[in-house]
Amino acid sequence: MADPVTLLIGTRKGAFIYRGDAARKNWRLDGPYFLGNIVNHLVADPRDGRTLLMAAKTGHLGPTVFRSHDGGRNWTEARQPPVFRKVAGAEEGRSVESVFWLSPAHSTQPGVWYAGTSPPGLFRSPDGGATWEEIAGFNDGLYPQIKHAIVPGPDGAQVHSICVDPGDARHLYLGISIGGIFETVDGGESWRPLNKGVAADFLPDANVEYGHDPHALALHPRDPRRLYHQNHCGIYRLDRPAVEWKRIGLNMPKEIGDIGFPIVLHPRDPDCAWVFPMDGTEVWPRTSPHGRPAVFRTRDGGASWQRFDNGMPGQHAWWTVKRQAMCADQADPVGVYFGTTSGEIWASSNEAESWSRIAEHLPHIYSVTVA
Amino acid sequence: MIRVAIPSPLFSYTGGQRQVEAESESLAALLNVLDARYPGMRHRIVDEQDRIRKHIRFFVNGEMVERLDRALGSDDEVMIVAALSGG
Repeated sequence: MADPVTLLIGTRKGAFIYRGDAARKNWRLDGPYFLGNIVNHLVADPRDGRTLLMAAKTGHLGPTVFRSHDGGRNWTEARQPPVFRKVAGAEEGRSVESVFWLSPAHSTQPGVWYAGTSPPGLFRSPDGGATWEEIAGFNDGLYPQIKHAIVPGPDGAQVHSICVDPGDARHLYLGISIGGIFETVDGGESWRPLNKGVAADFLPDANVEYGHDPHALALHPRDPRRLYHQNHCGIYRLDRPAVEWKRIGLNMPKEIGDIGFPIVLHPRDPDCAWVFPMDGTEVWPRTSPHGRPAVFRTRDGGASWQRFDNGMPGQHAWWTVKRQAMCADQADPVGVYFGTTSGEIWASSNEAESWSRIAEHLPHIYSVTVA
Repeated sequence: MIRVAIPSPLFSYTGGQRQVEAESESLAALLNVLDARYPGMRHRIVDEQDRIRKHIRFFVNGEMVERLDRALGSDDEVMIVAALSGG
């Protein structure tokens, strides 16, 4: 029997924790936690199995990080949240508008975390999120070089998808929306763009080194040579040490297209991934295409895709799924989960073959992760 | 003593106190005193470049103050306002 599954939910109005049984049939809701807070990301630490970090702010108050060391029962605020250094002539200095992304560092670095912010910044915590320091190689090294190409979206420009190579603690990838994918092999001291082969239809020069819009980036935990990414302009795969992405989204049905926010990987099979397409036509409605939501799955590295909507509404469901709001568990068969902009949580216990709604009427969901 | 009115979004820092008292010579110094007493509070209302956050306002004796170097006297009343519209 599989272990019970816990889902960590971040919403526009607070956080929730859903605790499922081993069969993933019965779910219990805990929360809300920090009701009224904008929770961009709520993430568990797989290295100790009890620490949770939450990226939060409110409409009034500036951004911070809350920490729990007992699975969510008690919370404390970071003593030093992520902040940019104060500069002389304060009008020009940057300030963190929101902490957008949280990633535990390498398994050999207990207590170390990374945070990505809006405007784009990268921060490191050496102490389980209690204090945060700037990664100067990114904030003062890379950022000034590329800032001319960074374009804020409706919610600002963000650093997201901080991926740590399980084979090398100093090897990281991340995405900037809008800015591109970047890689470091020295723990963040220096960075190089990794966007070759990626479309940038919205730019006058399609062959730029950076300035692309990755929506979500994922590195396979068992085969860290394999990366996938869902971009503003398609779905891509990259097998390192190659540096040119292949647009596997061209194999999606033409009437659906290959635009979306999230991409989620099978925990064991590097050829298996799930996406949730959205409408990227004309004014970018960013809803389920044709009002008919569906998850698409590949089992062959993107050579083909299969639609799964069994259990989902067949019409007039105009929601979508944001980049942090889809995830998979470790069970066999894998459970796949997503949260919608309309406050519903959907679950599949059979790798997307069928779906059931396990929660509704929540606030707009920003983040769904497995604890 | 300066009387400081606390808005509800900051009650989690003051333990629910709606009004606190402190001695300071300026608004900036007052915020430091409050942050020492209620750790983390200052960052939530003033950013790392010492800019007052977008939806926060400070009033001294009923007059809106936009600079943190505003001098304060011991009889002054400071109101921190959290103003936000939308759903």
